Amino acid sequence: MKIAVLVKQVPDTATRIQLAADGSGIETANIKWVLNPYDEFAIEEALKLRDQHTGEVVLMSFGPARVEEAIRQGLAMGADRAVWISDEGVADVDYLGRAQILVAALQQESDWDLVLVGKQAVDDDAAQTGPLVAALLDWPQAMVVLGLAVDAAGRRITATRELEGATETVELPMPAVLGAQRGLNVPRYPTLPNIMKAKRKEVRHTHAAELGLDAAELTAGRRVRVEGYQLPPPRPEPKVLTGDPAEAAATLVKLLHDEAQIL
Amino acid sequence: MSGILVVLEQQEGRVRRVSLEACATAVRLGQGAVSALAFGPGAEGLAEAVGSQGVEQLLVLSASPFDRYSSDAFAHAVVQVVRQTEPSLVLFGATAFGKDLAPRVSGLLMAGLASDVTAIEADGDDVLITRPVYAGKAFQRVRIAGTPKLVSLRPNVQPAGAGGGAPARVSVPTVDVPAPRAVVTGTERSGEQLELTEASRIVSGGRGMKAPENFRLLDELAAVLGAAVGSSRPVADEGWVPHSYHVGQTGKVVSPDLYVAVGISGAIQHVAGISNSKCIVAINNDPDAPIFKVANYGIVGDLFQVVPALTAALKAHLDAS
Repeated sequence: MKIAVLVKQVPDTATRIQLAADGSGIETANIKWVLNPYDEFAIEEALKLRDQHTGEVVLMSFGPARVEEAIRQGLAMGADRAVWISDEGVADVDYLGRAQILVAALQQESDWDLVLVGKQAVDDDAAQTGPLVAALLDWPQAMVVLGLAVDAAGRRITATRELEGATETVELPMPAVLGAQRGLNVPRYPTLPNIMKAKRKEVRHTHAAELGLDAAELTAGRRVRVEGYQLPPPRPEPKVLTGDPAEAAATLVKLLHDEAQIL
Repeated sequence: MSGILVVLEQQEGRVRRVSLEACATAVRLGQGAVSALAFGPGAEGLAEAVGSQGVEQLLVLSASPFDRYSSDAFAHAVVQVVRQTEPSLVLFGATAFGKDLAPRVSGLLMAGLASDVTAIEADGDDVLITRPVYAGKAFQRVRIAGTPKLVSLRPNVQPAGAGGGAPARVSVPTVDVPAPRAVVTGTERSGEQLELTEASRIVSGGRGMKAPENFRLLDELAAVLGAAVGSSRPVADEGWVPHSYHVGQTGKVVSPDLYVAVGISGAIQHVAGISNSKCIVAINNDPDAPIFKVANYGIVGDLFQVVPALTAALKAHLDAS
């Protein structure tokens, strides 16, 4: 089974987000970059499927040179090799542009059985890459997947996906795009020997032009254009009650009714 | 290219609230006639509900293969309806359904999609969009070039209209889609739990609850409030509650009217996930807990005394009113 996992490097979720002075983006100077948490579930699932059915797991990531660190982390978990697509000249692309680039990289090779992604990246929280890649490849998709059964011989997948207060079962043929949700598995920690081994694994470097894409057109043709950023409005000074619990509770109920007008 | 198309979501013959919010938003934008598209058996029965929000025309695709969800077949159908009706804007709900379908439509149409949008305003023929990033630690201002523009709206943020409009005119578009590939074969409700992302009130517990059985106290408080129950990440990771309870940056990002955080210290990832709540109440025995910095109201005290007292005080308040 040949599986691609599309991974993204994002700011650690503990990051306190600050804006660049001109509001055009976020301040990236002191950010700790990590592998997107949901991508760890995608990688783990790919590794389990490879170990069950043989084959290989290939990581693909689009971004600046620092993304190699996230790629190495995935390789240390056990992925076989990786492709890093440099964002040189195309740093400012939208979701569709990014998906086109990833699809072009996938199409450099053949015989893919599955493409796995995290259900969303915790930077822009857009949750678009999986379905966009599926649409551009004209493959079926199942996103927000909590459970997976793969019939490799019959080339059929049964996925359980999370809805609001419910789950649904989706049946689809391979090749397909699957989006991993927390709960699908427990990602393994890279062991020291595997971290050492990961340093010697192949990370092929490519870029948009090499993939036959026009960088200028991708940037100029972007449809979703970010005009600026703002921080959430500050929250009001809290009213904190202490003392007898019954009295504090009664006062709180009165405040929620009279002042906040929620009850 | 004019008018707005709302892609509806129905559940057992009723329009999901987020879809009504989308209809009302479309009407409020005032950029031409508003049509809605509904899938599945009984879709024509939604004409009254969407009409009351000001929707003029209801397009229904109720027959096979639209009797059960398929992301590929539904996306092809939306694309064909968009090509026939040429809206300038297409609205979805940012639910499991909308988040699955909208980007697939975006890929087929090569049209820009802004997802999980919390604010949208008309600017002439254009729209100005605001959407949260980093789970609400910051917001992006976005414009979409080209038409149609695709937007998915976060539930429970836009108001639904007061109602009163005449039922929408029903018509059946002609679409021809390839055989569905990804097909839903079953749905299972996960208990009676209210969905966090759609709840107007939430009661959440953290490590301060000390043991899974103590969540009973929160269930009792939630029952009086009509609230959903959530949790911080550590207690979901420990298995005290299901993963679906986890509120925060890598769990559910919520926007209720009232969020009650019980025994939750307020890690940055949790605070990000609740920052869009209208009113936050914190109950914690540590007066220096960071959760108090984002709360509107707080009670410093032993939650095992405060929560039952609050449940009792709410009961008394509701009985009196």
